[in-house]
Amino acid sequence: MTFSTMLLTMGEGMLLTILLFALTLIGSMPLGMVVMFMEKSRIKPIAWLTKVYIAIMRGTPLMLQLLVWRFGPYYLFGISIGSAKLPALLIGFILNYAAYFAEIYRSGMDSMPVGQYEAAGILGYTKIQTFFKIILPQVIKRVLPSVTNEVITLVKDTSLASVLAYAEVFSIAKQISASQTSFIPFVIAGVFYFVANFIVAFIMERIEKSMQYYK
Amino acid sequence: MVLEMTNIRKHFGDLEVLKDIELKVDNGEVVSIIGPSGSGKSTLLRCATFLERIDGGEIKYLDKTAASTKDNTVVYAGKKQLKEIKKSFGLVFQQFNLFPHYSVLKNVMDAPVSVLGRNKDEVEKEARELLDKMGLRDKADSYPCELSGGQQQRVAIARALAMKPDILFFDEPTSALDPELTLEVLRIIKQLAEEKMTMVIVTHEMSFARAVSNRVIFMDGGYIVEQGDPEEVFGNPKQERTKQFLKNYEG
Ligand SMILES: Nc1ncnc2c1ncn2[C@@H]1O[C@H](COP(=O)(O)OP(=O)(O)OP(=O)(O)O)[C@@H](O)[C@H]1O
Ligand SMILES: [Mg+2]
Repeated sequence: MTFSTMLLTMGEGMLLTILLFALTLIGSMPLGMVVMFMEKSRIKPIAWLTKVYIAIMRGTPLMLQLLVWRFGPYYLFGISIGSAKLPALLIGFILNYAAYFAEIYRSGMDSMPVGQYEAAGILGYTKIQTFFKIILPQVIKRVLPSVTNEVITLVKDTSLASVLAYAEVFSIAKQISASQTSFIPFVIAGVFYFVANFIVAFIMERIEKSMQYYK
Repeated sequence: MVLEMTNIRKHFGDLEVLKDIELKVDNGEVVSIIGPSGSGKSTLLRCATFLERIDGGEIKYLDKTAASTKDNTVVYAGKKQLKEIKKSFGLVFQQFNLFPHYSVLKNVMDAPVSVLGRNKDEVEKEARELLDKMGLRDKADSYPCELSGGQQQRVAIARALAMKPDILFFDEPTSALDPELTLEVLRIIKQLAEEKMTMVIVTHEMSFARAVSNRVIFMDGGYIVEQGDPEEVFGNPKQERTKQFLKNYEG
């Protein structure tokens, strides 16, 4: 196998990695907000169940969770969900990352001084206006560094999809390396993750800078 | 009467913070509230502005009942009515509580536009006039973090005034400020008093309270111990507690 065919084959894996990464972010970042509100809910059973969910998501390996979503339906309920791997992966990744994002958002919300709510309340802002106009923009600024960390972790975590033999870049690298007895695929994969995270860090830094006009 | 609070009671757990307080404020009146730390001054203002719920008594703004007590239970007016009543007052906090992500101008303009639904251009014109009056004409595009404490507090006053309240409450507006910065804020409040703005001011600045107010209230231990003309209360206090308190301030 020439270097360029190797690169081409791995390129398809890179696209699938990026797809998994993007869909996970698009799903988990807003879902994390919903989870955060459920955790803060005044209805105790909802808050309690949400806490249990977060504890499980954070307390068990993501790799194990992926296996459960892929094979659980069959072993537990005898339901065969066919051979498509992406749905199980997306459910696993999105639910897992939503839990982490929820905790990040919650710490951001908790760090907001109560005076901001009181000032807005006295001026007559509704609860919804207060959240979207006053609180959320400041929370976003506060949680951005933690969100950046989480996104960088996600880039690397996509390699866990190889446990379901999903043809993302890490799985492909393993396959080619075995069949060609070559170390080069791993080098290519490593460079790919590094560059991807470099881009993520660059974009996040730009966003952080754009919010530096106030303290 | 702009504000009528009667038989106000408030407790936190076992701690009774307000015990049967009466506070009535007439149109154009400037009332100062003084008293030792923990006497319930902030709690009274927080009850007046609905940041805390009272446990007994009655609150009325301009004859509209916000809260009343029947058979020992407090009933607050409905959401809509309270929202309407809220337009009658403003509150200036010790810690300013400006919105840090909004420019000075937007801090002043945003509530009139997005809460009262007023015309943006009209509000901007008024906001700029208010900033001018506060001596902040060239700070309109600055952000709160770029201002001194005194300037921030003047923005907070402008923000409150932009809502055109009938009565403005101040909770120790200068306690977070250095002495030089205190003066610039007190000068603004004094100017508002001369313009007959109705105000209730909790303060530890005794000479200011004496100079600016029509009436001084001395609170201690959740009671109004003494109140009256500032010259009377400061110059010739009747109650022993008042005398002691004022002596501590002189010394
Ligand atoms: N949210 C609260 N929970 C419990 N206790 C409170 C709360 N707010 C105030 N208190 C207590 O109520 C009492 C009165 O407090 P308040 O803040 O009204 O006093 P103050 O007269 O404003 O004092 P200062 O001059 O120090 O500002 C204090 O003993 C205080 O500890
Ligand atoms: Mg106080």
